[in-house]
Amino acid sequence: MDKTVSDVATAVSAIPDGASVMIGGFGGAGSPIELIHALIDRYRATGAPRGLTVINNNAGNGHVGLAALIEAGMVRKLICSFPRSADPVVFTEMYLAGKIELELVPQGTLAERIRAGGAGIPAFYTPTSFGTDLAKGKPVEVFEGRSYVQERWLKADFALIKAETADLHGNLTYRAAARNFNPLMCMAAATTIVQATRIVAPGGIDPEAVITPGIFVQAVVEVAHPHQEEDLNRANATYPLEA
Amino acid sequence: MDKLTNNQIAWRAAQDIADGAYVNLGIGFPEKVAQYQPPGREAIFHTENGILGFGEAPAPGQEDWDLINAGKKAVTIKPGTAFFHHADSFAMVRGGHLDVAILGAYEVAETGDLANWSTGPKGVPAVGGAMDLVHGAKRVAVITDHVTKDGKPKLLKRCTLPLTGVGCVTRVYTSLAVIDIDAGRFVLREKLAALSVAELQAVTGAELVLPATIADLIVPEL
Repeated sequence: MDKTVSDVATAVSAIPDGASVMIGGFGGAGSPIELIHALIDRYRATGAPRGLTVINNNAGNGHVGLAALIEAGMVRKLICSFPRSADPVVFTEMYLAGKIELELVPQGTLAERIRAGGAGIPAFYTPTSFGTDLAKGKPVEVFEGRSYVQERWLKADFALIKAETADLHGNLTYRAAARNFNPLMCMAAATTIVQATRIVAPGGIDPEAVITPGIFVQAVVEVAHPHQEEDLNRANATYPLEA
Repeated sequence: MDKLTNNQIAWRAAQDIADGAYVNLGIGFPEKVAQYQPPGREAIFHTENGILGFGEAPAPGQEDWDLINAGKKAVTIKPGTAFFHHADSFAMVRGGHLDVAILGAYEVAETGDLANWSTGPKGVPAVGGAMDLVHGAKRVAVITDHVTKDGKPKLLKRCTLPLTGVGCVTRVYTSLAVIDIDAGRFVLREKLAALSVAELQAVTGAELVLPATIADLIVPEL
């Protein structure tokens, strides 16, 4: 079995207009920035894909990565918990101009909705958001004397993921707090596309150390020296990056 | 009116964190609490994005941007640090495994209701982990100035801003007092010695219940 793909352009070539796309990361940590940029390159060359629904914790920072995807006009709707950052100008202007839809979800509910989507659980109850504006219209039930809000699973057509090491089967490890939403999104997407800093042969990852088992992964592409969003923003970079 | 600085409020809140406690500090002002752990006690700090037991900020230039806290600031690892994904992280939060969560506030009601995520319909709404954190931690405490920048009470009978959680806060550390929330009432535990109960009541938006003993709120110069 070999799930490797030759390059990032090939890896994202099948994402169609209107697709739902989960993008891993929390801020810049764990953000698959080269896959995002490859998607922007494709859009600039071909006009597709557009009208995307993107699921991420945030709404991008500066003018690279997710912010650049939004700035390119490819995103119709964003599902996230915290659309603020050090430099949130791209999303803020689009949102206030009514050019992008926002579904705001509490962070733990977002994580659990994605986990549920990957685990085949259509709905669950959480205490989070009970009695608040974000629970409006949602069923409430009492368990052991306490009120809980019903939340639905969240699934996607594609997930774009950043991992540290992948093997040919798609088993993955992550680096430090770059793990965050990535393992959950691997589970919840029909097609999970991973950029890994290193791809190794089967056996190259200790089975005890595997965080995401390869069954959740469809494609793996090596990006040996990934950019960090924070470094790009500190250099005031804008995508497309200057050579 | 003399009042505590933010550092002094954070110091006071830190005195109530037991040795070995698992603690989540909200982003911004609450992060200061970590600086004032009493000597001989070790709290383990949790951050929503998947680290337990992280260390202090690195020196400038030494940042590893895969190693950040919920405020997206660089942190460090130390012996005993653990990494985990977001669903595990919020299982720790909602599942009742954290001992304390300390959060900021726009408003706190005598019912324990908290408003700290939205100042109204203008602008871009953002909630992050606030609505999760107020549920599940064994103790949810707030640190805040006692009044708003224009002098209005932040401790109220009912919140006027959009709620973060209902009946969730059990203790409030303010720039003037330490107040418990018990059975839907504000119970005054400590106040600055120079401040009379009447003066404190005048800047509090709901009735203060006065127990037999009210201690002086004493903090060091920081």
